[in-house]
Amino acid sequence: MKYFYLIWRNLLRRKTRTAFTLLMIFIAFVLYGFLMTVRTAFTGGVEMASAERLIMMHKVSLIQLLPISYEQQIRTTPGVTAATHSTWFGGTYQNLANQFAVMAVDPAPFLGMFPEFRLPAAEKQAWLADRQGAIVGRDIATRYGWKVGDRVPIKGTIWPPKQGDTWFFNVSGIYDGDTGIDKTTFYFRYDFMDENRRFAMGQVGWYTIRIADPNRSAEIGSALDAQFANSSAETKTSPEKAFMQGFANQIGNIGFMMVSIVSVVLVLLLLNVGNQMGQSVRERTSEIGVLKTLGFSNGLVLTLLLTESLLIAVIGGVAGLGLVSLLVQSGGLNNAFLPVFVFGTRDLIVGIALCVGLGLLAGIFPATSAMRLRITDALRRN
Amino acid sequence: MLKWITQTIAVTLLSIRTIPQRFSSSAVSMAGIAGVVIVFIAVLSIGEGFKAAMTDAGSPSRVIVLRAGADSEMSSGIAGPEADLIRQAPGVLLESGRPVASAELFVIIDRNKRSTGTSANVPLRGIEPTALQVRNEVKITEGRMLQFGTNEAIVGRTAVGQFSGMDLNAEIKSGQLTLKVVGIFEDKGSVAESELWADAKLIQNVYRRGNSYQSVLVRLDSPASFDAFKNALTTNPQLNVQVRRETDYYAAQSETMSALIKGIGYTIAFLMGLGAVFGAILTMNTAVSARTREIATLRALGFNTPSVLVSVLGESMALAAIGGLAGGLLGFVAFNGYQTSTMNFQTFSQIAFAFRVTPSLLVQGLTYALVMGFIGGVVPAIRAARLPISSALREL
Repeated sequence: MKYFYLIWRNLLRRKTRTAFTLLMIFIAFVLYGFLMTVRTAFTGGVEMASAERLIMMHKVSLIQLLPISYEQQIRTTPGVTAATHSTWFGGTYQNLANQFAVMAVDPAPFLGMFPEFRLPAAEKQAWLADRQGAIVGRDIATRYGWKVGDRVPIKGTIWPPKQGDTWFFNVSGIYDGDTGIDKTTFYFRYDFMDENRRFAMGQVGWYTIRIADPNRSAEIGSALDAQFANSSAETKTSPEKAFMQGFANQIGNIGFMMVSIVSVVLVLLLLNVGNQMGQSVRERTSEIGVLKTLGFSNGLVLTLLLTESLLIAVIGGVAGLGLVSLLVQSGGLNNAFLPVFVFGTRDLIVGIALCVGLGLLAGIFPATSAMRLRITDALRRN
Repeated sequence: MLKWITQTIAVTLLSIRTIPQRFSSSAVSMAGIAGVVIVFIAVLSIGEGFKAAMTDAGSPSRVIVLRAGADSEMSSGIAGPEADLIRQAPGVLLESGRPVASAELFVIIDRNKRSTGTSANVPLRGIEPTALQVRNEVKITEGRMLQFGTNEAIVGRTAVGQFSGMDLNAEIKSGQLTLKVVGIFEDKGSVAESELWADAKLIQNVYRRGNSYQSVLVRLDSPASFDAFKNALTTNPQLNVQVRRETDYYAAQSETMSALIKGIGYTIAFLMGLGAVFGAILTMNTAVSARTREIATLRALGFNTPSVLVSVLGESMALAAIGGLAGGLLGFVAFNGYQTSTMNFQTFSQIAFAFRVTPSLLVQGLTYALVMGFIGGVVPAIRAARLPISSALREL
């Protein structure tokens, strides 16, 4: 620690170089954070999926509907503790650009199935009491300025009501949740939808099923599908995580793309920072000779130079990662298309590890060559 | 004036000719700029490819009719009798007395992506015998057209490449539906090529749609008949439909995705560009430092200040141009034509397309490289031009 001042003065020797190297590292890690956040935004549901939940959909595709009569049969299947259904409604608010997920659900079992949605008790009671009621996520409530008690018109793109093309709902409550939970969905009551739609009565989109033992998910899934085999609506049941992953895969391999770009950025950064460190050590050759003459051991010279490069990398990198964390938390990146923006703890830790790795790698070649330098050569050079 | 120009050229050539002496730092700076251009081109060529697949599908003389309020074929529904009224509307092209219109269904079928083996919502379209008359640019390139009244199907060229088990003569099983692929069609690589086509009556049966369709695609006798056709349908009290030109319909569908890719692409390019500019500044600073005595000597000999300034800027921009060209070339070779597929959120189905590195994208990338070179060079250039001659000459 007593050499800290020496390292510090060395960093300040060429202020422009240090400043721009720091900025470069800072930008690179802002970029890292941004790309990792985009990646999670595309695959967000996967992280949030519960191991105790299964999703049952129509075997042919998710757009085909299942009869509501399946629910009772699912509930009585051994190993199943709860089941509820959801139906994609797909409406628009005011104009086509305002699209968010709208789903019809059965309120009480729905709230029981998804405890991650937090809803005040009074608002829950209001929703259970009002057939036309709906609960909306905190994020869309803020976006459109909705308050509890507001009346919201939603145009049904798939399901026109019996009269006209617009459905009216009352906002019974606004649900909240931890970071990473999608707070942009509009949930309303299935009984209200079923009464007022023109066709496909008694049909639902998919079932969410809770099981007691996550280890038996494959077995219970096959048992469930077997019950409905050879019926008019055969089913495919998969763990929620696999279902979400399948959905993310449909968009494409976003993760691979993001990681590729990050790799390009980091390799370029390493080249740049390494080059700067090399330059800096070359300029100091005779000084290093003097240090060694004064009795600094080879190991100490190596440590000093490595610490210097490590310090730059960590200061720049942590500042960049910190900025991204702040931006994400403030919700500055949220948009309609990608509802969930989080900068995951795992990505943060990997980011810090990458800074440290960068600092060490960038410093290792110049530092070893300085270590190997013989005093006589060093003092004679230049 | 002439002297000024020859001086500037001489000094600039001198600095460019000495680049090899500062090879490592110059190479790092070039690589940085090349990297930015490659990533820029890679990301934006996805957006271009997606947009092209969508917009190449449309023809101004074709019109798509959907239920009023539906935002895509997927959410639309049109009853059989309604479809008949639409076919008989004024403005529809007649060929040997029969309207050139196809009432269609648009559903999805679960298949695996070839590349990852994970499931994908492949669009399955139920068509009528008139479908190829309406889409007269579609060509069957392998096998033959499907026979109506059977379970035969034809599949788009890009779909064959992207999804497994859709090759010629393959049998596609899904639930109670079994389709036999008898032909492969091409449509300029557009969105239609992502689809699987079968007899509409068969799809109605298997998907329990009764006598209903989702859209009616119509060829007009001329693009100018659009308004007359539209008015006839929207004022007919028996119909509750919307009428859109096919080009507008597909352009609207590509909007969300294109905007998203552009947003992400430009953000990445901007941040990477900022980093590359810092790298360029460092490189040019090193170059100026290394040549301090040389620059001071030039100025002591009477070379004017602007020529020194321009020479440093010129060096920086030359490096950027080389980096930009290399990046553009690599980006083109690596990504142009790369086939992939993604989800079209409006229809909830897969669309296969090819990355497209357009000339305009290459020009943008190169321009961006030069801008980075300029910004990176300007500060060190000013520094070089302002070096105090006497102390600079003394510097080691």
